[in-house]
Amino acid sequence: MSKMNDKQMTTLKKLLSYIKKYTPLITLSLIFAAVSSILTLYVPILTGRAVDCIVSAGNVNFAGIFGVIRQIIIVILLTAAAQWLMNICNNRITYQVVRDMRMDAFSKIEILPLKYLDAHSYGELVSRVIADADQVAEGLLMGFTQLFTGIITIVGTLIFMVTINYKIALVVICITPISLFVAAFIAKRTFSMFRMQSETRGEQTALIEEMISNQKVVQAFRQEDNVLSQFDKINERLGEYSLKATFFSSITNPSTRFINSLVYTGVGIFGAVSAVMGRITVGQLASFLSYANQYTKPFNEISGVVTELQNALACAGRILDLIEETPQVEEDADAVTLDHAKGNVTLEHVDFSYVKDQHLIEDFNLVVKPGERVAIVGPTGCGKTTLINLLMRFYDAEGGSIKVDGEDIRHLTRKSLRTSYGMVLQETWLREGTILENIKMGVKDATREQVIEAAKASHAHSFIKRLPQGYDTVITEDGGGLSQGQKQLLCITRVMLSLPPMLILDEATSSIDTRTEIRIQNAFAKMMQGRTSFIVAHRLSTIKEADIILVMKDGHIIEQGNHETLLAKNGFYATLYNSQFIQSEDAAN
Amino acid sequence: MKQLLAYLKNYKKECVFAPLFKMLEAIFELLVPLVMAAVIDKGIANHDIPYIVKMCLVMVFLGIIGLISSVTAQYFAAKAATGFGTGVRHALFSHIQRLSFTNLDKAGTATLITRMTSDVNQAQNGVNMVLRLFLRSPFIVFGAMIMAFTIDVRSAMVFVITIPLLSIVVFGVMYVSIPLYKKVQNRLDSVTLSTRENLTGVRVIRAFHLEEEEKEKYQEKNQELTKMQMFVGKISGLMNPVTYVIINGATAYLIYVGALQVDTGVITQGEVVALVNYMSQILVELIKLANLIVTVTKAIACCNRIESILEIPEGERELKREVREELPQEADEMVVFSHVGLTYENAGAESLTDITFSAKKGETIGIIGGTGSGKTSLVHLIPGFYPHTAGSIRIDGKQIESYSSEELRDMVGIVMQKAVLFAGSIRKNLCWGKTDATEEELTEALRIAQAYEVVEKKEGKLEAEVAQGGKNFSGGQKQRLTIARALVKKPKILILDDSASALDYATDAALRRAIAGMKEQPTVFIVSQRASSIQYADKILVLDDGELAGIGTHKELLQTCGVYQEIYYSQFPEKKQKGAE
Repeated sequence: MSKMNDKQMTTLKKLLSYIKKYTPLITLSLIFAAVSSILTLYVPILTGRAVDCIVSAGNVNFAGIFGVIRQIIIVILLTAAAQWLMNICNNRITYQVVRDMRMDAFSKIEILPLKYLDAHSYGELVSRVIADADQVAEGLLMGFTQLFTGIITIVGTLIFMVTINYKIALVVICITPISLFVAAFIAKRTFSMFRMQSETRGEQTALIEEMISNQKVVQAFRQEDNVLSQFDKINERLGEYSLKATFFSSITNPSTRFINSLVYTGVGIFGAVSAVMGRITVGQLASFLSYANQYTKPFNEISGVVTELQNALACAGRILDLIEETPQVEEDADAVTLDHAKGNVTLEHVDFSYVKDQHLIEDFNLVVKPGERVAIVGPTGCGKTTLINLLMRFYDAEGGSIKVDGEDIRHLTRKSLRTSYGMVLQETWLREGTILENIKMGVKDATREQVIEAAKASHAHSFIKRLPQGYDTVITEDGGGLSQGQKQLLCITRVMLSLPPMLILDEATSSIDTRTEIRIQNAFAKMMQGRTSFIVAHRLSTIKEADIILVMKDGHIIEQGNHETLLAKNGFYATLYNSQFIQSEDAAN
Repeated sequence: MKQLLAYLKNYKKECVFAPLFKMLEAIFELLVPLVMAAVIDKGIANHDIPYIVKMCLVMVFLGIIGLISSVTAQYFAAKAATGFGTGVRHALFSHIQRLSFTNLDKAGTATLITRMTSDVNQAQNGVNMVLRLFLRSPFIVFGAMIMAFTIDVRSAMVFVITIPLLSIVVFGVMYVSIPLYKKVQNRLDSVTLSTRENLTGVRVIRAFHLEEEEKEKYQEKNQELTKMQMFVGKISGLMNPVTYVIINGATAYLIYVGALQVDTGVITQGEVVALVNYMSQILVELIKLANLIVTVTKAIACCNRIESILEIPEGERELKREVREELPQEADEMVVFSHVGLTYENAGAESLTDITFSAKKGETIGIIGGTGSGKTSLVHLIPGFYPHTAGSIRIDGKQIESYSSEELRDMVGIVMQKAVLFAGSIRKNLCWGKTDATEEELTEALRIAQAYEVVEKKEGKLEAEVAQGGKNFSGGQKQRLTIARALVKKPKILILDDSASALDYATDAALRRAIAGMKEQPTVFIVSQRASSIQYADKILVLDDGELAGIGTHKELLQTCGVYQEIYYSQFPEKKQKGAE
């Protein structure tokens, strides 16, 4: 345990605070553990006594044997009961602790600022909540069941052995450490081989993923043999490392078994000699032999538990880090509810940056009157989505203020602000469930008729009704069988249904072919009537009709105005627009 | 399963020796209690200390021999298992390299990757464990019983009853709990799904303000998982106490039987101790055996999954149909489709219907249409990625069936929708097109693909590292490099499948101009959603729902083809106004 450092200590303390809730169960578990391990140790002594009652032909003390056997049976039953109850306690503690941690982690995810979530890969966060939590459970369970019983068993064995005969006990105590030493020695050697193996395996997996995910390209360029020979080189190496790692690690068991047999033999010699001298009985020798057989087991188990626990602690540390992450800023106590927003949006001197000292948006001003259409234009990756992040308050502006209907959005409840916007993002998001459930996400109490009406407006109805179960078709996570365009149509339907006072469309129709897009645009146009809307799009033609066009480049808003004024300005927008315009001129000639 | 066993063929010796040496170890282990019995009965009873020492040395000797044979066995097992793994991995990878596109689609990338990695590893582990344990554990269990018989038949009957009883409990508990563990896994999957959904959909969830509701749902799922875990725990937690009762109960009974036998002088005190020792050896090995069976079942399942991939026939183009009569053809026609149809396997309807067109050498053909209209399917027929299911295709004067897929792929350079680069240097990536390409050839290809300055700007130029998946290049850079890669091949037919989508209009135009100016002009197919990318093509194919809605030049189509007009005017609304004026 000397390896435990400060970080692990604090993690352990926090972990204990989770466990504290279950103190009564833990006490019970410890009691059962103590009872079962002590009783387990008592059995060899009883067996020894019984053996002593059996000396030779005609010299058997049957009364004594029956007495001992009765005792043995009682002890066995008690032990089994204690073991089972201990198992149940441990299960309850472990799984409930992990459940609590998972719930806390999940609750935290719901209130973490987007800033944190965007900066971490989802896969990594999921693995903290799922895999790491599982590892903690496993570690705790092993810890509870084996650490404590192991210690009691070792101490108990020592005491029992010493009380029978301290000299023989000394033999056991002296030889046993060799077994631990050998195990540690082999473990150290194999560790580096395992590392080589897992590194090579990683290398191979990387190649497999790269090539198989792009198998069609490989074949189109007829690189099959080339790729195969690359693969084989790594495969050969993996074979070698794997052989070494497998072999050396599999020496551990036979070696410890051998040491164990040395202990057994040592006890045999000393015990037998002592028996000859009459210092112990044959039965006691038998008890000793069975102790000698079992004695190294708890040591090996404990060393296993310690690594497992350290691993569990590391995992617990990762979840706890997540749980203790600072949540988003709390809502003001007197936060106002935005009701039936008119759609007056103003940005005053807004500053924002994702990375400190790298200003993305500086002193940005914008006044949007109710019902106006704002288009955001610029090359990909120029930060168009940043503005949406600020409007939805996924991120907070660092300077200046954003107001809706004259109220600073930081003084509005998040719920009312966000539900005032209808948002369709380029990256569609659907969840496992029926089409109907997915559309009703925003309006839980919508009727089927309302849903169908919304789907007709978004031109999703025609493909939905052709699905096997129509609106009740279950789609898998992230829309499985649907095309990207169909997924986008569903997301649009979702917003069509909730009809919020303001709209945000981030490349909402990027995956929909141009003909369908036009039809949807018409539906949008109808919807946007009288609604303030923000539209990100790359097709300049769809942007021309906006009341305000924001031109962004490299994260900055470089131009602002409507189509005519921007063209007259002859700046970046004009260049963008003309590049398309001129091309079409070419064709006409 | 059988098919995979072939990969153990080179390791026959190892496969025999490993279990054999394991058995040897077991024999020596089984002898120890007998020696101990001798110590008690002869040494202690006769106060013969030299005998005791001698017997103990015998035990150490047995231990050493046991150690040696065991280590030997482990070595053979490891060698056979890793050799097996390496062989299977090679066979599987090489097989996947030769699968047809149809079968690649059917198997799915994710599946193939799992088969290649975790399944092979589990199978390898299974082989290792089997070689090590499948003789040892049963041998010790039954060996202990046989040894008991050599000591005393009546006492041995206790073993005869105990072993099946223990087996029923051990295997019974596993039989019941394994399906339950699957249920636990399902519930865990659902918790995982929830967690992931809440991360990937965080913006939507917050936009609709569903946080509280999500928490409630999660709590429910989490609680269900916990309940199931505790339930399974209760059942599998029975194993230890119950086996403990059986073993020790049997021991108690054994002592009683032993006492009777000793009393009548059939056996000695030391032999009773030996019998008790045998009893305690059984349990450990029985549990090992049960675990082995789980490992083996899993490994067999993995092997079957691997085999199901190996059983997919390697693809030459699957549908080798009879070569039809040659239709008269003009000499300069490169690609001719006549009434071509395509139905993907397991698809209900045709993806392409009745496509007829011809492309002359050096011509540029534009293909346009909505999402899912069949543009990519059409161009994938040319290099024979998928077999057409109706009509006929002629390439350079010959039926497509008369070419081998290698020949076809050498003729065709294709740039796919998704721009993919591979880990290595830029040069390595480009040389995929032509292994021995000269510096000039590479430079020329880069210049045409408008990728020259991309490479020039990189440190190390052509030798610059490409990270896995080309992560260190932007989308546009990757597209230009993949175009260059196809050009290095100097193909007779060049297919650009929406491969300029990340390029700005100016670069896109420059690229097309450069291709048009190539010395040996290939027949070019440009697939695009952008009307501006294809409007100068010699011929434009307009696809709508898998059918040819129009064919002709830009000007012709603008007059005659409704679908084309709709697409074009949706992208150039101002033209429509002009046209109307």
